[in-house]
Amino acid sequence: MTRRDVRLLLARNRGPLLALGVFAVMFGVFLHEHPRQISVNLLTTASNKAVVLALVAMAQTLPVLTRGLDLSVGSIMTMSACASSVLVNGSPSHVAFGIVLVLFGGLAAGTINGAIVVFGRIQPIIATLATGAVYFGIALLLRPSPGGDVSEGLSNALTYAVFGVPSTFLLLIAVLLLVWLPFRHSVLGRGCYAAGSAEGAAYMSGVRVGRSKMAAYMLAGLLSATAGLLLSLVALSGEASAPQSGAYTLNSIASVVIGGTSLFGGSGGMAGSVIGAFVLRTIGDLLFVFDAPPLWQPLFEGIILLGAVSLGAARVLRIKNRLELFT
Amino acid sequence: MIGGVLKSVDKPVLIAAGFIVVVLAIGSTINTSFISPTYLLQQLQVASFLGIISSGMMLVILLGQIDLSLPWTVTTGAMMATAVAQFGPWGVALAIPVGLLCGLVVGIVNGLGYAYLRVPSMIFTLGMNALLLGLMVLYSGGFAPLTRATPLMQFLAVHKSFGIPNALFVWSAVTLALAVMLRTTPFGRYVYAIGNRESAAYLSGVRTRQVIVGCFAINGVTSALGGVMLAGYSTNAYQGMGDAYLLPAIAAIVLGGTSILGGKGQYIGTVVGVLLIVLLQSMLSVMQMPEAGRQIIYGVVIVVMLLVYGRGAKVHS
Repeated sequence: MTRRDVRLLLARNRGPLLALGVFAVMFGVFLHEHPRQISVNLLTTASNKAVVLALVAMAQTLPVLTRGLDLSVGSIMTMSACASSVLVNGSPSHVAFGIVLVLFGGLAAGTINGAIVVFGRIQPIIATLATGAVYFGIALLLRPSPGGDVSEGLSNALTYAVFGVPSTFLLLIAVLLLVWLPFRHSVLGRGCYAAGSAEGAAYMSGVRVGRSKMAAYMLAGLLSATAGLLLSLVALSGEASAPQSGAYTLNSIASVVIGGTSLFGGSGGMAGSVIGAFVLRTIGDLLFVFDAPPLWQPLFEGIILLGAVSLGAARVLRIKNRLELFT
Repeated sequence: MIGGVLKSVDKPVLIAAGFIVVVLAIGSTINTSFISPTYLLQQLQVASFLGIISSGMMLVILLGQIDLSLPWTVTTGAMMATAVAQFGPWGVALAIPVGLLCGLVVGIVNGLGYAYLRVPSMIFTLGMNALLLGLMVLYSGGFAPLTRATPLMQFLAVHKSFGIPNALFVWSAVTLALAVMLRTTPFGRYVYAIGNRESAAYLSGVRTRQVIVGCFAINGVTSALGGVMLAGYSTNAYQGMGDAYLLPAIAAIVLGGTSILGGKGQYIGTVVGVLLIVLLQSMLSVMQMPEAGRQIIYGVVIVVMLLVYGRGAKVHS
């Protein structure tokens, strides 16, 4: 690799790298200031809290890459968590069957989203807003009141550590390497980027735009369901909470943007969104170790979030022609 | 005469109005009092709050933008108005202006963030929402404030004049002002122009950034007005009172034929969309449907209606 290649690689990944730098500083301060010694337990708790959001953010990345948006990711997550609190318990074969059903439900939800967007030609933001209400209704139907039972064996296996590395973190790496990398370099994945940059041009060049978009929404549904499954394993129960579902949807958009993916589609990736989710989750932890008064915490979180997303304004300083502003 | 009026209205608006008739027909078969004047007036009063909140949001959507800070702008307007009301007679007099002023400030900051910093509005207003939430939690100590709405706020939101709820008059005034502005003033034309293509509007000499800030500012004021009215309706302000209005507002605007991509839509459509959403919600509650079923039907109906008349063009080149 020549020096020019390295520079190109750095330039192309400026967003995620910036987010990674911010995260490294924040997490470093967190570990340094933490009253207890760094232990596997500490890392595991931190990882468990962040991984659910990271998975939802990965799900959100795909529709955003195609210049769409999925406002139902939080609802699919909640629906899957509620389904898992009903299905994922009992004997090992029961548990396995339950997991398959939960993931299949997420995939089906994603397929419906994709079909409405691709074949129905309804704007994704409004289509997923409506389907999100439907999926949340199903969550309420499955679990009218909080509770349920989730396999503790599976929970223990997935929410602790393997060789000192939190297993949820390993799961995240596995999804990145085994799902995202192959998808990104597949015809479908490249089609997502093409559809996001210029749908008309992609169509004229023979890219199967519809198929790529469909894949993006389906995979988003599947990843949201994975997040829901994990959420139920961490909480050991299910709850159809509207504020929680809404917060995950909105935080997923924030994570995607902090991770350097453009809301206008066509550039970015899942790795950045994971880092974005970790940045968002670390804000709360940082305030905790600095003993911020609890009443001030939401305000600090708000200021940091607004500041983080405003970093994108740096683009305004770089442009040479004012017309470039309007793209 | 009627033919002329019908011709000047977009097709989606007419179809949405047709859906209102369908909802009323179904509602009346479940319970005949669904179409009684008393019940309908009550629904119109409920619709006024969503209508006021949706009115400014429509301007922002016409620009092709969105304001996700709406929930806490509503709450901020309500909390600040009731807070000021505690300071003697002057406080009571200034309650509504102060509430609206807070909304104006929020709207202007949102507008500056998008128009000048060029942070995508969806994400900037999301941050703004978190910031407002933080400010209000700090102010209220995390509890519902003990402050009360002023008599004027209650008069506007609850009372009736000539047998018609005052809230309806407020909504009508906002509607008239914005509809006339969009149709007849240069500012209104600029909003559509920017929504279609901002660079073209800019090159035609429109001060696009000022227009954008103006739209967000109006949206801030109408959101806060909605909050002030809601506080008057329930006599106090409370946490999360605006949460239930963001998605119905967007749904109402889109069902009324406004393109979420901006540049296209009639104000009358938003009025029709608000009525449709409110009547649909009330029909589902008259049916005594449990919450789960209500959510499912609500979502399915929106998708079906959009499939009937809200489909985009095929992308061919």
